[in-house]
Amino acid sequence: MPETITATREITLGEAVREALAEEMRRDSRVFVMGEDVAQAGTAFKVLSGMVDEFGSDRVLDTPISEAGFTGIAVGAAMTGMRPVVDIMFGDFVGLTMDQMVNQAAKVHYMSGGKWKVPMVMRATLGATRRSAAQHSQSLHAWFCHIPGLKVVLPSTPYDAKGLLKSAIRDENPVVFYEDKMMFRFKGPVPAEEYTIPLGVADIKREGSDITIVATSSMVHVALSAAKLLEEEDISAEVIDPRTLWPLDEKTLIDSAKKTSRVIVMDEGYGRYGAAAEIAAVIAEGAFFDLEAPVKRLCAMHVPIPFSPPLEDATVPTEKTVFEAARALLGGK
Amino acid sequence: MTTAIHPTKTESALEAERCLRMYRRMLMIRLFEENVNDLYTRALMPGLAHLYIGEEAIAVGVCEALTQDDYITSTHRGHGHCVAKGAALDRMFAELLGKEAGYCKGKGGSMHIADPDTGNLGANAIVGGSAGIATGAAFAAKRLGNGRVCVCFFGEGALGQGVLYEVMNMAALWKLPVIYLCENNMYNEYTHYSETTAGDILTRAAGFGLPGEAIDGQDVRAVYAAAKKFIDRARAGEGPAFLLANTYRFFGHHVGDVSRDYYRAKQEEQTWKSQRDPIQLFSTYLVAQNLADQARFDEIYAEVKAEVDRAVQFAVAAPYPSADKVDQDVYA
Ligand SMILES: Cc1ncc(C[n+]2csc(CCOP(=O)(O)OP(=O)(O)O)c2C)c(N)n1
Repeated sequence: MPETITATREITLGEAVREALAEEMRRDSRVFVMGEDVAQAGTAFKVLSGMVDEFGSDRVLDTPISEAGFTGIAVGAAMTGMRPVVDIMFGDFVGLTMDQMVNQAAKVHYMSGGKWKVPMVMRATLGATRRSAAQHSQSLHAWFCHIPGLKVVLPSTPYDAKGLLKSAIRDENPVVFYEDKMMFRFKGPVPAEEYTIPLGVADIKREGSDITIVATSSMVHVALSAAKLLEEEDISAEVIDPRTLWPLDEKTLIDSAKKTSRVIVMDEGYGRYGAAAEIAAVIAEGAFFDLEAPVKRLCAMHVPIPFSPPLEDATVPTEKTVFEAARALLGGK
Repeated sequence: MTTAIHPTKTESALEAERCLRMYRRMLMIRLFEENVNDLYTRALMPGLAHLYIGEEAIAVGVCEALTQDDYITSTHRGHGHCVAKGAALDRMFAELLGKEAGYCKGKGGSMHIADPDTGNLGANAIVGGSAGIATGAAFAAKRLGNGRVCVCFFGEGALGQGVLYEVMNMAALWKLPVIYLCENNMYNEYTHYSETTAGDILTRAAGFGLPGEAIDGQDVRAVYAAAKKFIDRARAGEGPAFLLANTYRFFGHHVGDVSRDYYRAKQEEQTWKSQRDPIQLFSTYLVAQNLADQARFDEIYAEVKAEVDRAVQFAVAAPYPSADKVDQDVYA
């Protein structure tokens, strides 16, 4: 069943993120935000606008342009009693933080035999089509999914963003939280009352019976548009958003695949060795004998993201590619 | 109270106590490491280990100036820091042998011993890898107002890592209570540091406004005095500092590094061992000051040796973790 949201209020994804942070900072004095231009500027995307006025520059802390350094500081601060939320302006810059995340944050708990823990959140962006070219457009979340000890969250709606970010901040582990930079102004219903969404629970965004489309982040909306097109052809598509790539709600994915027997997996990261490949493998292992066709992946094209609009647009799956892939899987039905 | 009546006498008594405590710790590290080498040679220890022999005065002098609650971060050559901060030898040996009773239940090994009870945030096998963690611990200490200080131990090899300079910059900006403690044993693995390190080391820290000092890493009293000064300063809210302790590792980069002629001369090793042994130098001082005599040293040696031997026996006899523990502790 799709999660039913009973809210009359609509806010943007950016506002949802800000609300989640502000509520958690009011609730727990150990929570603080650090990153480049987060205070007066409220981040390059203005997501945190006004927060410094409420919480002060000690808790909404501008850093030097030192992603590795401040991520490392967050790891140490998390180990010793704080709950840092680091802001990585463009997800492309996570490369600079990799040792801190992969060799430090992810492993501290295990290497210490469970003695130290690292309750921190890294917020980063993903998504192309902003005309920002190859170093400001990548969706690199799969890198973190590969690493035991990390959790990875990719919300697709304001409702999910708020509930999941609150859970990520309360989690005892390092969590990487990805926001699609093209979706900060995307609006959706969000209750005014407090709520959280547990990590590891997929959401069925649309029920259907002929084909399952598993999609992440903004691809969920491409999948939903494609589902409408398919409906006109009498094809009933189910759209599932795993919401967190780790922990991954394998059961919901497999159950849906068993029900519909045909699956497309969409993700804006690269296809090769990517998140969609993992989900496809999970479904192939869990629902093989119920499948009528091979699981199809639709991902970012395997090229550096180009600048020129017609070139860039060609790199991302569209509702048309989903529509055609679905028809092909259904044998041209 | 005696302090009021005989302040100088009490101070010197405290100083004598401190000296003997530091002597004992240095010896403890030395014997610990000799046993590590022995366990390796007898094929009882899986993997390798990096011995701290020759550098004992640094960890001991620095940790003497810290409280139990203060934090340290350590390196691949970390046994000395761990012992100096007060870890139990039996659980350390157990960790080195991969046993369940080890500090990290056998999951960390020689290069990852961590112990919250003694403020040890963990050894780190990434050169320079703990610079961020140490600075973050100092950040939290300042925010939480708990008065703690963090010492970040690293070898001069870590001077090649950019993240060190990123966090030094932030520590200076935010006046964090962290001491960057560079142990310059002159070799980045098998390469002399002069081939890898341009300019003047202390000037690098000074560029960020960090006060610093070069200290004789073979002289435990000099290490203690400098560490105390800068640790107290950091605790008083005056910010970070950088200490450069010049030293030498007496043996290989790790226990398996036995033929070293191709990167350093036997004569150089011989000179350091015979003239610059921190334990030898300190015992000479203690005798000259009438703080100890050979009989006292013999007594301490016997006690420390018994403790180390017991710890080794404990670890050798201790059981391995059962294989089903392998996927525990991945997530908190
Ligand atoms: C980032 C990184 N690069 C390389 C290594 C391999 N390595 C281990 S120890 C070492 C030399 C370290 O020298 P130094 O920091 O001076 O410490 P020392 O061994 O002399 O105590 C190297 C290169 C590593 N562990 N981490």
